[in-house]
Amino acid sequence: MSELLNELGGHIEAKRPDCVASWEVAYGELTVNVALSNIVGLVEFLRTDPSCRFTSLVDITAVDHPERPKRFDVVYHFLSMYQNHRIRLRVAAREDDMIPSITGIHPSANWFEREVFDMFGLLFTGHPDLRRILTDYGFRGYPLRKDFPTTGYTEVRYDEEQKRVIYEPVSLVQEYRQFDFMSPWEGADYILPGDEKSEEAKG
Amino acid sequence: MGVNDPEAGVENPDVTDVRGEGEQTPRVKSGPSARAPLEAEAPGFDRDPVSQTLNRELQDKGFLLTSTEDLINWARTGSLHWMTFGLACCAIEMMHTSMPRYDAERFGIAPRATPRQADLMIVAGTLTNKMAPALRKVFDQMPEPRYVISMGSCANGGGYYHYSYSVVRGCDRVVPVDVYVPGCPPTAEALLYGIMALQKKIRRTGTLVR
Repeated sequence: MSELLNELGGHIEAKRPDCVASWEVAYGELTVNVALSNIVGLVEFLRTDPSCRFTSLVDITAVDHPERPKRFDVVYHFLSMYQNHRIRLRVAAREDDMIPSITGIHPSANWFEREVFDMFGLLFTGHPDLRRILTDYGFRGYPLRKDFPTTGYTEVRYDEEQKRVIYEPVSLVQEYRQFDFMSPWEGADYILPGDEKSEEAKG
Repeated sequence: MGVNDPEAGVENPDVTDVRGEGEQTPRVKSGPSARAPLEAEAPGFDRDPVSQTLNRELQDKGFLLTSTEDLINWARTGSLHWMTFGLACCAIEMMHTSMPRYDAERFGIAPRATPRQADLMIVAGTLTNKMAPALRKVFDQMPEPRYVISMGSCANGGGYYHYSYSVVRGCDRVVPVDVYVPGCPPTAEALLYGIMALQKKIRRTGTLVR
């Protein structure tokens, strides 16, 4: 499987050297890094090239890296039903970058791009109807950005006097707690209660 | 060797052997039906002692005496049509409650798809900020008297999504709740128990708003 992916990556790079910045195969998956301006051309190529034929758009999403100047990675996943291949395209983007929309090539990108706009605040040029898709009407902020607080800024309540549902600033009865100080996924070097006894027994 | 064999020490009082020849003792029926009283065969028989008393009174006098309060409570508890407000996985359990195994219809409780003909709203699932005005609108369309059952952790207090930016921290912020059913999701039995608790509450608290 991995050789096939290496072959595919080499093929794409050979055919479109202007688009492909770099590519690697990790965990049995092919990832291609693309410059922002070349994404539409490469997606078009991947769709039509006879040895690729990535006609199914699986997902579009983004990753936030607040410490980087190019803060966001926009990630595209494609599936080729003809070649039984999957590919991931990664585009780095600044917060104020305009990303070219691929709705002209894959109409199913419409709602994915709306979702990325809703969750990360990234703008797509050439999108037919770029508005919020998931969050509340009149919602402010972009929830999947790392600097967005989990609890948000507003909460709703029914007001008996105004006879309608109103928005208020969040007031939590109990503060949000992070319980990951013992998380085994962090690779933490922690001592469980009772561990010191085994050390004593050895010594 | 048959079912009864005194020599082998086998004695079954409910069953007799059928012998091929000679005089035969009557064969006794076994199982629960063997012990049913004779009047169970009669038309209109009811095992329930309350119904028995009612029947006796009806046959004796030809009419019943009760208070309007009791009558109204009986009518209210006996036809709780719920507004189906399924929001998440709890709705699956809500469906189970009305399906044959738990059979809510034997209490006169049935799902009703319009708020204008519903008495009870079961908020089954996560109530999001975006849904809250719609939930209140549906509640406002229900005729009095109306009741609300909050089903599951999410509807009770936000549950898993308590600290989320998009979820109402308990549906009692939007509508007045009569009964909270805990669980994630509550089983169909638990919801049925909640509905029966609501019936009890209706019976206890009473009648007409004057």
